[in-house]
Amino acid sequence: MSQNNHPTTPRKSSTFDDYTLSEIRRAAATGIYDIRGGGTKRKVPHFDDLLFLGASMSRYPLEGYREKCSTEVVLGTRFAKKPITLKIPITIAGMSFGSLSGPAKEALGRGATLAGTSTTTGDGGMTEEERGHSETLVYQYLPSRYGMNPRDLRRADAIEIVIGQGAKPGGGGMLLGQKISDRVAEMRTLPKGIDQRSACRHPDWTGPDDLEIKILELREITGWEKPIYIKIGGARPYYDTALAVKAGADVVVLDGMQGGTAATQEVFIEHVGMPTLACIRPAVQALQDLGMHRKVQLIVSGGIRNGADVAKALALGADAVSIGTAALVALGDNDPKWEAEYQALGTTAGSYDDWHEGRDPAGITTQDPELMKRVDPALAGRRLANYLKVMTLEAQTIARACGKSHVHNLEPEDLVALTIEASAMAGVPLAGTSWIPGKTGF
Amino acid sequence: MPVIDLATTPLRELNQALHDAAAPGHNDTEFEVLNPKGAHAVAVGVAAPVSIEVKGSVGYYCGGMNEQASITVHGSAGPGVAENMMSGTVVIKGDASQYAGATGRGGLLVIEGNAASRCGISMKGINIVVRGNIGHMSAFMAQSGNLVVLGDAGDALGDSLYEARLFVRGAVKSLGADCIAKEMRPEHLELLEGLLAEAGITDVKPQEFTRYGSARTLYNFNIDNADAY
Amino acid sequence: MCGIVGLFLKDRGLEPQLGALLSGMLVTMTDRGPDSAGIAIYGTPEAGRAKITVQSAEPGAVFPGLQAELAEASGGSATVAVKSTHAVISLDADKVAPVRAALAAMPGLKVMGAGEAVEIFKEVGLPKDVIARFEIAKMTGSHGIGHTRMATESAVTTMGAHPFSTGADQCLVHNGSLSNHNGLRRVLRQKGMTFETENDTEVAAAYLTAEMAGGKNLGQALEGALDDLDGFFTFVVGTKSGFGVVRDPIACKPAVMAETDQYVAFGSEYRALANLPGIETARVWEPEPATVYFWEH
Repeated sequence: MSQNNHPTTPRKSSTFDDYTLSEIRRAAATGIYDIRGGGTKRKVPHFDDLLFLGASMSRYPLEGYREKCSTEVVLGTRFAKKPITLKIPITIAGMSFGSLSGPAKEALGRGATLAGTSTTTGDGGMTEEERGHSETLVYQYLPSRYGMNPRDLRRADAIEIVIGQGAKPGGGGMLLGQKISDRVAEMRTLPKGIDQRSACRHPDWTGPDDLEIKILELREITGWEKPIYIKIGGARPYYDTALAVKAGADVVVLDGMQGGTAATQEVFIEHVGMPTLACIRPAVQALQDLGMHRKVQLIVSGGIRNGADVAKALALGADAVSIGTAALVALGDNDPKWEAEYQALGTTAGSYDDWHEGRDPAGITTQDPELMKRVDPALAGRRLANYLKVMTLEAQTIARACGKSHVHNLEPEDLVALTIEASAMAGVPLAGTSWIPGKTGF
Repeated sequence: MPVIDLATTPLRELNQALHDAAAPGHNDTEFEVLNPKGAHAVAVGVAAPVSIEVKGSVGYYCGGMNEQASITVHGSAGPGVAENMMSGTVVIKGDASQYAGATGRGGLLVIEGNAASRCGISMKGINIVVRGNIGHMSAFMAQSGNLVVLGDAGDALGDSLYEARLFVRGAVKSLGADCIAKEMRPEHLELLEGLLAEAGITDVKPQEFTRYGSARTLYNFNIDNADAY
Repeated sequence: MCGIVGLFLKDRGLEPQLGALLSGMLVTMTDRGPDSAGIAIYGTPEAGRAKITVQSAEPGAVFPGLQAELAEASGGSATVAVKSTHAVISLDADKVAPVRAALAAMPGLKVMGAGEAVEIFKEVGLPKDVIARFEIAKMTGSHGIGHTRMATESAVTTMGAHPFSTGADQCLVHNGSLSNHNGLRRVLRQKGMTFETENDTEVAAAYLTAEMAGGKNLGQALEGALDDLDGFFTFVVGTKSGFGVVRDPIACKPAVMAETDQYVAFGSEYRALANLPGIETARVWEPEPATVYFWEH
C-alpha cells in the first residue's frame, strides 16, 4: 500500500517554529543579530493574572463619582527641597529625542501636562519642544551624556540617573545611522549618518559607592532642589532597590522586561531581565526592610496598559507607574489606518517594531521630515491626555470598589492570583485558597 | 577675596557662594578654597567667569560641569575632574585620577602631572592637555575635542573613537579598536601649537607628537568587523 | 561596594600610632560603606606564641569561661583578652591546631582569624562605632588593613563584614563585585573549603587560601586570581610581614596609594590619606590594572 494513500498532516516543530526558522535564515543572510524596538513579545505572567477582591459584606465600597478617591502622588520627599506633586500616579517614561520625532516629544509633553503628570527626556538631551510643553519634566542622566549640560539640569524638575532599563538590563543603547539627522547629530556631538552606540556603564562612576558621590555632585550643582530618581532594569530588584536607597535616591524607577527600548538586540529583549510582575514585591520588600517604603517612592514600568494594571502595581506597593509603549500607541503608533504602509515595510499594524530604521508610517519613531508631519502635537497630546484620564478613572473605580479613599491604600491583600506563576511572583494567594507558592506550605 | 576653609565650612556653603557669584550684584571674582583634603564635588556647577584657587588635593568631580570659571587645584584631583565641563579652564597642578574630563563639552583641562585611566572618556568637545602620562582606555568613545599628552599613553588608547583628535608625544602601549595613527598635517600642527600655548607649555614642539584618530570602520556595522565589537 | 584602607609602616617609630592612623582613615570611608566595618592589625609577633581572634554574638555568656575551657587543649598556655564581641586568645604556637579544634566544637563562637601577628575585628555598624567598640585607635602594630562595607547581594552580618581571613596571618578586603563567585564557590567546596557566608569576597579569600595551600606564594596566588576571578575588584591583602594590592584588568573601582620614607598607604579615595603625616610631599599614585603590588618588611 502506498504511503500517499494515508498522508499525515505536515507537522511543524514547536522548537523550530516559523519565527525561529525565519530568524535563522535572516542571521545566515545578513551576519548581524536582529535589532528592534519595544519590549518582550513573549507571553509572561502579568497583571492580567491578578484579580481584585471588591468590597461586599466584610468591606464597604465607596460611592463612585461622589465619595472622593485621591490619586495625587508626591515624589522626592526624602532629600529634595522641591519634591514633585503629580495629579495622577501615571508618568511618561523616558524616550529620547532621536528615537522619537520632535512633534512626538512635544505631544508627550502636552498630553502629560494636560493630565497633570510628568514626562521624561531620553538618551538625546532635552529639546525646547519638550521643555516648553512639559509642566513637569524629568531629565535623564545616561551613560552617553548626549547633550548633557548644566543649564538643562537646572531647568529640569527632577533628575533620573539611568542605570538600566527592563528591555536590556546590562546593555547600552543603539541608534542606527538612518536616524542620525543633522539635528540629532548636533545634539549628540556625532557625525551625521553613523551608527550611534551608547555605553552600558556610566563613564565616570561604577557601583553604588561611587554613585553616592555622583549624586552628591548633581545635588550640589542643582542646589539640592531636584528629586534624584534612579532607574534600574528588572533583574535583581531586591538588591538593586536597596543599593539605590543606600546610594541616596529620592525615587526608584523599576522597569520590567515588558518595558520598551528604542532599539536593541532581540536576544537581549527576549532573554534578559524579569517580568514586571516578578519585580515589584522584591523591590517593595527592600524598601520595607530599610524602613523606606513610601519615603523613597517606587515607580514601576514595563507593560502598563490600563487602569487595572495601574491599580495592581500600586496594590503591590508601587507609588506610581510609568508608561512608554502605551503612550506611543495613544499618540498613534502602530495605528491600523497606516496598514498599507506597514504592509509595504513587511509588517502589519500592531507588529511594527523596527523603530530604529526611522521609517515609522505613524511619524513617531522617525526623523524623516515628511513622516513626522503626520503627528499633530496638539491632537496627539490630547489623545494621550484622554488615555491617561481613562486609566486614572479605571484605577479609581477599582480602588473605590475596594473601599479606598486613596489609590495608595490598595494593598497586596486586596488581590488574588489566577495562576500559580502569578501567585508566586506577586506574592498573593491563588484565588480561592490561602496558598502563595514559595511563601506558605501546601 | 573670599577665602573658604573646608575644614570649617560645609561644602554646600562653598558651592552656593560660587553659584551666587553668577547672580547680578555679586562682584566677587576671586575665591580661595583651603583644606579640601580630598573632598568631593568641590566647585561644581560654577557658571560665572570667576577664578578659584583650591589649595590642596580634591576628591571626585572637582569642577564638574564648569562654565566659564578658571579653577586651579594646587594638588591632585580624584576621579572625574572637570567632568562634562562646558567652558572655562581647570588646571590640576598634581595628578588626576580616572575619568579626567569625562564627557566634557568645552573649555580646557590641563593636568600638569599624570592622568590615570579613561582620561577624556566620551569627550564631546573639551580640550585636555596632560603634561605627564595617561592610563588605559583613555579617550574611549571620544566624540570630539582634542586630547594632548606630552608623556606616554596606556593600553587601548582611543577605543571606539569618533571624531576626537588625540596627540601623543611619547609611547602608546596599545591602540584600541578603530584607533589609528594619522598624518600630522599643517592644520594639526597649528591646532596643537595653539593648545600647547593655551596650556602654558613652551618647552615642547608640535612636531614631536603623533596624531591618532578614528579609522571610521565601525561607523556603520559591517559583519567583517565583528571582532572589534 | 566599599571603602578600603591600608597602612604599612616603614618607620617603626610610628607603630604606636598605627591604630589611630588606620582608625582615622577608616572613618573617612564611611560614605562608601555604612553597613559594617572591619580591621586587621598586625602586631609584633612574640617568639613561640600565636593569636586567635574569635567572635561571639553573646560575649557575656561565652567569653568568661573561655580561658578555662581552653586550658586542656592549649596545655595551659591560653590567655583570653576580651574586646566587646571579640576576644583575642594568646597561646603557644604549637597549640593552635588543638585549640582551633576545641573552638570549632564550641557553639556560639566564630574564628575571625589566626596567626602570629594578626588580630581581626569586624562588626555591623558605622565605622566610627566599630572602631570605638574595639578601641582600635589605641592599638600598636606594623601594618593593618581596614574595610567599610556597602553590602550588595549578601547579608549585612558580622561574618559578612571584611576582612576575610585567608590563612594564618593572611586576610583580604575587597571593593567591587565578582561575577563568577557562585561557580567558584562550588568548585572550592568540592576541594573541601568551607564557607560562612554567601559573600563574593569570602570566595576570593578561600580561593587564595586554596591556591596557597597548593604551594603558591601570595604573589602567585594573586596572579592566578587575575585569571580565575571575574568581575570588578580591588583587593588589599595582609600577610604577617607585608601587604599587597591588586586591581582587576578593567580597574574601575578606585584605588589611591601614597608612599613616604615612613609608610606605604592605600585608600579607596584620597580622602582616606589626606590626614597622614607628610602626605603633602608623599608620592601619590594609582595602582595599574592587573598588576600585583607587594610590600614587605
